[in-house]
Amino acid sequence: MAVREESKDGVAVPANAAVEARDLVRRYGEGSTAVEALRGVDIDVRSGELVAVMGPSGSGKSTLMHILAGLDKPTSGTVKIAGTEITELDDSHLTRLRRKHIGFVFQFFNLLPMLDAEENVLLPLSIAGEKPDKAWLDELLGKMGLDKRRDHRPAELSGGEQQRVAIARSLVSKPTILFADEPTGNLDSKTGGEILDLIRDSVDTYGQTTVMVTHEPRAASTADRILFLADGEIVQELHEGSTAADVLAVMSSLR
Amino acid sequence: MFLVALKGLAGRKLRAVLTAVAIVLGVAMISGTYVLTDTIKAAFSTVFTTVYAKTDAVVTGKVAFGNNANSNNLPPSFSASLLGKVRNLPGVAAADGGIGDLAHLVGRDGKVISGHGAPALAFSVHSGGDQRFNPLTLVSGAWPVGAHEIDIDEHTASTAHYEVGQSIGVIARGPTTKYRIAGIVKIGGVSSLGGATMAIFDFPTAQRIFHKEGKLDSIDIAAANGTSPAQLVSEIKPLLPPTAEVRTAQGQAKQATKDTNGFLSIINDFLLAFGGVALFVGTFVIANTLGITIAQRTRELATLRTLGANRRQVLLSVLLEALVIGIVASITGLFLGLALAKGLNAVFVHFGLNLPQAGTVFKTRTIVVALVVGILVTLLAALRPAIRATRVPPISAVREGAVLPVSRFARFSAQAALLTIGGSVALMLVGLFVSGLSTTQRLLAIGVGAAAVFLGVAMLAKTLVPPLARVLGWPATEIGGAAGELARGNAMRNPQRTASTASALMIGLALVTLVSVLASGLKTTFSDAVNSIFRGDYALTATDNFSPISVASATALKNVPGANVVSGVRAGDGKAFGHRINVTAVSGDIAKVIVVKWQDGSQATPGALRNDGAFVSKDYAKKHHLSVGSPVAVEVPSGKRLHLVLRGIFAPPKGGSPYGDVTISTQRFDAEYQNPQNLYAFVDMAGGVTAANTAKLTKALGNFPDAKIATASQFKKNQESGIDTLLNLLYVLLSLSIVISLFGIVNTLVLTVFERTRELGMLRAIGMTRRQVRRMIRHESIVTALIGAALGIPVGVVLALMVGRAIKYPAFTIPVGTLVVFVIAAILAGLLAAILPARRAGKLNVLQALQYE
Repeated sequence: MAVREESKDGVAVPANAAVEARDLVRRYGEGSTAVEALRGVDIDVRSGELVAVMGPSGSGKSTLMHILAGLDKPTSGTVKIAGTEITELDDSHLTRLRRKHIGFVFQFFNLLPMLDAEENVLLPLSIAGEKPDKAWLDELLGKMGLDKRRDHRPAELSGGEQQRVAIARSLVSKPTILFADEPTGNLDSKTGGEILDLIRDSVDTYGQTTVMVTHEPRAASTADRILFLADGEIVQELHEGSTAADVLAVMSSLR
Repeated sequence: MFLVALKGLAGRKLRAVLTAVAIVLGVAMISGTYVLTDTIKAAFSTVFTTVYAKTDAVVTGKVAFGNNANSNNLPPSFSASLLGKVRNLPGVAAADGGIGDLAHLVGRDGKVISGHGAPALAFSVHSGGDQRFNPLTLVSGAWPVGAHEIDIDEHTASTAHYEVGQSIGVIARGPTTKYRIAGIVKIGGVSSLGGATMAIFDFPTAQRIFHKEGKLDSIDIAAANGTSPAQLVSEIKPLLPPTAEVRTAQGQAKQATKDTNGFLSIINDFLLAFGGVALFVGTFVIANTLGITIAQRTRELATLRTLGANRRQVLLSVLLEALVIGIVASITGLFLGLALAKGLNAVFVHFGLNLPQAGTVFKTRTIVVALVVGILVTLLAALRPAIRATRVPPISAVREGAVLPVSRFARFSAQAALLTIGGSVALMLVGLFVSGLSTTQRLLAIGVGAAAVFLGVAMLAKTLVPPLARVLGWPATEIGGAAGELARGNAMRNPQRTASTASALMIGLALVTLVSVLASGLKTTFSDAVNSIFRGDYALTATDNFSPISVASATALKNVPGANVVSGVRAGDGKAFGHRINVTAVSGDIAKVIVVKWQDGSQATPGALRNDGAFVSKDYAKKHHLSVGSPVAVEVPSGKRLHLVLRGIFAPPKGGSPYGDVTISTQRFDAEYQNPQNLYAFVDMAGGVTAANTAKLTKALGNFPDAKIATASQFKKNQESGIDTLLNLLYVLLSLSIVISLFGIVNTLVLTVFERTRELGMLRAIGMTRRQVRRMIRHESIVTALIGAALGIPVGVVLALMVGRAIKYPAFTIPVGTLVVFVIAAILAGLLAAILPARRAGKLNVLQALQYE
């Protein structure tokens, strides 16, 4: 188990790397028709860091995230989340790991249509059988600008509001790591910008370690670190302070 | 988590309601059955208790073997001198004797007033004397006095429109006699005893009418102060002749209740079986609906998994959903059962079985059984979809169009299906053919086997759906054009779903086919049998085709000019070789109208029986190792043993024997049976069947409205109508499970329309009209229904073959016409089921449908 220290906001932050992946290979199919989506990827995500994963379609970025999040298993290689090797875990251990350490934000929000905003946010806690912390919930909803939308169903919310509910949901259990899969992919650019600000804000305020897969240069430019994937390998890395133009330049070099 | 299940359910109301219907109807059948039989039982028990309210002990004639509800054999009468001896006992405060017999009342139309299978009772009352033992109460008028007065029951009076002071015909031992209605009565506080008609006479009149001068059928006794009913009974016992018995009034009421309850529990089990079938069909509907729902909720379930839900939570949330549906549906069904009980009663009345009703009885047992069965069945049906739900991988939350991983056993599904069918057929064969099993074991093996056959065929259906849909959908492509083409494709694109939907219908259709094939065989063989043995011109039967008729009616025909032969077949109960048997009796001239094959003996045998002769059927002789010359001892209802000698063995035709197990001579029968009656009589007329002869015979029966004359073909048709009545009753009861399977089709189609919203929008966008969309849904529904028929009808025929072999069924005819009707009915059912889904599909807004996600 990772050594933890309390940040000033009372959010648990692992002291060492939140995610450590070594030599990840993911092969689909067999024999001559086999396709390698990942060909030996190493990646470390330090706690409190926002890492963006970029790459053209088919580069393997989604596969990488699925494996890091324990949704898919690598053909070979290891993934450690909060110090636990996850590639060999069975379903029930993975479930427990998810409850404690992993949060998700999806491209299509994946809210449950029959629950209102507040119920959606609280769902991870109720699944884990934990009592919600009222103050924490209020703070989250306030931060996401959902105070007045608590009892609205997803169908009554705009796309941006739905994604904000999803972000609040992913943060409610204070996960070790948050995976965001194209969080702005289904939103207009203005709303997308607001969502990126919220993600950036949660990293800055709560030290929320986050891995975000995106193909939008602007989205990537908010990250602390940008990893570029092409043909299943990490080909380049940009650091904090890179502009959207820098990102765009790398991206066009990859095409 | 559970909130998700419950709110999800609330958000899919139509789906939940359509799913619940299957359980509601099945549970209603169960609760309705219990309510009906409990109510009837309570009514009978109240009547019997009231009847014996002021009586402490009852002496009655003793039937040698247990009384049979359907028996027309009355207990023997005993000498009236017993009454005096009883009155002299120290423990007796009062005692009175009575006559009880059977007598038909005749309606204003000159026809017998039918009790719909209930008996036509006759009682005596002591009009001028003490009424303390009288179970009857006057509603209007007075007690009957003298030889020309009668009282009748309130129910008959109101249904047949008779009033005090009017004249009514009565058939007792002889032809119709007119009596003046002196009063109208109730018995035990109710107006009708299960639809039985009641004729009440003054005591001496009753003795005379029923030829019971100097005799009694019962004595009601009140104990003196300080004597208990039990003491009373032991005081009376030594006085009794062997043909009489005494019981406390309580014991007598209990005995009477027991007799009726035995009959009612048969009805109860019979109806419960149909409730069981309905629920069984319901499980298919529920499993299928939940299965589709789970498939459509894949992303939702996967999202829950990514949020930390484990498999158990997913499983429990689906089961919770089922539990809620089960509870709500069972409670609804329970109360719907109250209404259904009335409906069932109406069905029975319509088919000729009238049972008494008092206040509705709603027992705790009814509530418990209905709820437990309904909820358990729902949970059981939900188990497989729930397990499937746990196999949804979390990655489906992010991957479009993710499909459920196939089960490890999926590729063996066809083999597993064949294995199931094989095993269940084997189980049925054991139940049907292996000797030495108890009836319960037998029924269990057959029932479980049949259920498993259905399961097996349903499992196999998945494999059969694509080829069947291709063939059965061909007309749709011809009629419906592009819409029909798409409909056929849609029916084939998820074979599992189409298979489950069609399987529910398959069960109902298979059972309907089973009974229709068996009934058809029965009719054919009966008809063949009549053709092979009947040499006369006319048959004399009861107007209801099955009740025994008075000997006097046959005698009346003998006086018709041109009547060469009028020969009756007497019938009564007996006991031989430790078993209840049907005893029949004939005279020599029967040989001129009925010709049977003789294994030993000849057509002369019936005329040579004399006082101690008997003949039996081939099978009966074989069963009891009898040959001509063997002694046969037959016990008659009076308790007397007749020592007979076997004089002949006949080979009855396949379709049924004209004679009972043991046949004796008419002269002996008339001497041993208290009120000899004919089952039927056969007539040979000079000139054969002519309008003139028919008129003459009918005229001769003018005073016998309980009897009618029929030509051979009418006779056959009349007997077949009995089979048809039973058949129709079975159809009505089985229709419940077919209705449930229709809801299954509706359900699947509604869900499918929902699932294909975007696709339907696309079709509309590229130019499909609303009408074409509706047509497409309709054709898919019809193809599904036809697949149900294509599976169900052959299964039904095979089941009929097996059952037919087991009960040594004489003939096996496939009623092609009826089966064609079933196929047409299936098509209509498909059309009906498509109405709602097609409307919904037609109403889709193209733009919204395309944006639908």
